[in-house]
Amino acid sequence: MSLGTKKFVITRFDPDRDTEPRTEEYEIPVQSDWKVLDAINFIKDEIDGSLSYRWSCRMAVCGSCGMMVNGEPKLTCKTALSSYGDSLTIEPLANFPTIRDLVVEMDGFMDKFQKVKPWIIQAKERAVEEGPQHQSPEDLQAFKQFSMCINCTLCYSACPVVATDPEFLGPAAIALGHRYNMDSRDEGADERNAVFRGEGTIFSCSYANECSEVCPKNVDPAGAVNQAKFNAVVDWASSFVVKREKE
Amino acid sequence: MTDVCRHDVIIVGGGAAGLRAAIAAVEADPEISVALVSKVYPMRSHTVSAEGGAAAVARDEDSLEMHGYDTVKGSDFLGDQNVIEYFVEEAPKELTRLEHWGCPWSRNEDGSVATRAFGGMTTKRTWYATDKVGFHMLHTLFQHSMRFDRIVRYDEHFVTRLLVDDGNVRGVSALDIRSGEVRAILGRSVILATGGAGKIFPFTTNGRIKTGDGMALAAAAGVPLKDMEFVQYHPTGLPGTGILITEASRGEGGLLKNSEGDRFLVTYDYGVGKKAELGPRDMISRAVVQEIEAGRGISGPYGEFVHLDLTHIGREKLEARLPFVLELARTYAGVDPLTEPIPIRPVVHYMMGGVDTDIDGATSLPGLYAAGETACGSLNGANRLGSNSLTECLVFGARAAQHAVLYSRGSSEGNESALLAQAEAEAARVSALRRHKKGSEKISTIRRELNTTMEEGCGVYREQASMLATVQTVASLQDRASDLRVSDDSMVFNTEVIAALEMKNMVDVAQAVSVSAAARLESRGAHTCRDFSSRDDENFMHHTLCYLEAGGPRLDKKSVHLGHWEPEERKY
Ligand SMILES: Cc1cc2nc3c(=O)[nH]c(=O)nc-3n(C[C@H](O)[C@H](O)[C@H](O)COP(=O)(O)OP(=O)(O)OC[C@H]3O[C@@H](n4cnc5c(N)ncnc54)[C@H](O)[C@@H]3O)c2cc1C
Ligand code: FES
Repeated sequence: MSLGTKKFVITRFDPDRDTEPRTEEYEIPVQSDWKVLDAINFIKDEIDGSLSYRWSCRMAVCGSCGMMVNGEPKLTCKTALSSYGDSLTIEPLANFPTIRDLVVEMDGFMDKFQKVKPWIIQAKERAVEEGPQHQSPEDLQAFKQFSMCINCTLCYSACPVVATDPEFLGPAAIALGHRYNMDSRDEGADERNAVFRGEGTIFSCSYANECSEVCPKNVDPAGAVNQAKFNAVVDWASSFVVKREKE
Repeated sequence: MTDVCRHDVIIVGGGAAGLRAAIAAVEADPEISVALVSKVYPMRSHTVSAEGGAAAVARDEDSLEMHGYDTVKGSDFLGDQNVIEYFVEEAPKELTRLEHWGCPWSRNEDGSVATRAFGGMTTKRTWYATDKVGFHMLHTLFQHSMRFDRIVRYDEHFVTRLLVDDGNVRGVSALDIRSGEVRAILGRSVILATGGAGKIFPFTTNGRIKTGDGMALAAAAGVPLKDMEFVQYHPTGLPGTGILITEASRGEGGLLKNSEGDRFLVTYDYGVGKKAELGPRDMISRAVVQEIEAGRGISGPYGEFVHLDLTHIGREKLEARLPFVLELARTYAGVDPLTEPIPIRPVVHYMMGGVDTDIDGATSLPGLYAAGETACGSLNGANRLGSNSLTECLVFGARAAQHAVLYSRGSSEGNESALLAQAEAEAARVSALRRHKKGSEKISTIRRELNTTMEEGCGVYREQASMLATVQTVASLQDRASDLRVSDDSMVFNTEVIAALEMKNMVDVAQAVSVSAAARLESRGAHTCRDFSSRDDENFMHHTLCYLEAGGPRLDKKSVHLGHWEPEERKY
């Protein structure tokens, strides 16, 4: 069903030609069941082939289509057009350097991601012949929510700490490190907590909760940061106790 | 001058198959340097969208023999039986490895890994992590791969060509999407793990990036594509978008119903017998089409559909087992599966065919390997069983890597200046494309016409006349696709150039699909011809090989590896 036309004011930036980002307007016919991404695809296919942005799965799971829609970070393939008025502004995700148009640079994020050692650490690696480990449904539940992150980075765009300190480890990376810390199969919490106690990590978080509010997958990174703070402190304090005992 | 990077093994693709291969390669040899080249960040690969599960024998009541038999029967006896035997044996080990690496498999009360029912499988053997299995497997593999410094990633690099010297593959040319430069990535062996090609069809569960690039790359280097006529239609996609509603929803008790509210799979005889909703995909897709043709479909803005009813399963189980299905149906179909049936229709899902490989993943071009959906090592034959392909990515990703590592030890560097000349020719091709504002054909128009003709000729049901018409249309589209209009002349993140390169790959793959289909004068698995309605073992118990040559496509045959299971009529 047609929903009439809507105007899209889209940020354009081509480092080959532009010194500053500029905007371009497109007025297009839209359908009632369209997501924001459908409209952007229509513009690219039918009006302006040079518009650059990322997308792939169009089912809210690959995490590549994040953009600012009317100033808020959104997963555009999940965001219904019908909930907006006649005009929308589309900008690249905030708090990231822009490469081109709506494409942001992911290098910093990928580095942070790797920093938290997002893999199972065990003192002795298991052989395949030992078979799968047991993990109770409750133990699974303890970290499951934090394993649902699709790396869309909307939380970095919403985070007031990232806005002022781009080096801040940030919500998704902390939630990921915490996910492994909470996994009953993992023995690497000491190593990750050492990272967490470093500068620009969990204690920089002001607990504004914006990250959890924009998360399209209900991962609750703010909750993860809070739990991680508590665990890192307990871990630190108990290591102190052990040391004293040894002395 | 082209930028040159040197490694031992080059892996193209960062999905389940590519990541598993990368890990296996560095584990096989502590010295080796691996390049992992992917046109999107690995965690965006379409493996991420897989929902239902991954198959491997896990329970005492089950056996490797049963998994093998189900697979060969599902394949309509076109699967290679040595490959199937190896697969079922390795499958539990591979899923166990993923468990050790942190995959959050769903659990039984006692803490053991849970399994669910899946179409065409006689017993519960599909491991799952709610209904986001591909997502969890992909992220587990990607995160685990980060432990290894020797896996060097080339994220957002689009491979445009295989570099071949003296009859050996020695590298790839890759367009760095961010800078617009073409790099020569040189190595001693190359593994293609580029995924499927669903985007040549209009309604598909596949994402934007599934354009068959690896198949086209191999074909351009003279490697045959095998069994391309076998395209899997999944019976339960959302009309319009094609978004998948997983087979696990039937595994958990979902029912298919027509406009009269009848469970048509049992009310009418569609040959799926007692399996009903748990029948194999090819048969259920045909049943849905027949049901609609019999006037018992329901009409909507995107054509006729039938219903997938989950309402009787109950909130608790649906929220625990199928949370993603709830989210997808609510967001993309506007229905709440707790109280309403979901509209569904058959959609293109998976390519059984692909780059012809042997059991080691080796192709006919020395040094070139392939694994995952882009490969056809003949596990799936004429019809893949749901949940076998995620496991296939692991089993054969690992095996291809082990063999690519062995090969790389014995091979020499090759003639570097010849390789660089090829990469430079590619740089020139890309650069010409970038300035092709005067091209006469719009990319979106060619895509639409290709999609339309592929559905007309190579749909769930096929006919000689329409298949031949599609062969002709694709040939003309191939011609037109050589003059695509590219309005974007920027070096930086030029997605229109990428779309043009992908378009060319898509028409090549579509040619292989339509030509192979038109030559198979029988019905087997997913290839169902109205004019040749039964299986013809006497004349067609063979694989199709399709070579894309300068003078046009050429077909050949390859024998099927039999020996363990005797071909029989496929009845459920
Ligand atoms: C919606 C959906 C649900 C599914 N559910 C299941 C299921 O429950 N169980 C099951 O067993 N199977 C399922 N499948 C099938 C299965 O998910 C796929 O077959 C499998 O994930 C393919 O993995 P892959 O590694 O071969 O390719 P992909 O995951 O598609 O990865 C391809 C990689 O190649 C890269 N690439 C491609 N072209 C180029 C190029 N030119 N240059 C550089 N890089 C390139 C891409 O960037 C990507 O990293 C499902 C499929 C879909 C679409
Ligand atoms: S396109 Fe994949 S999350 Fe939107």
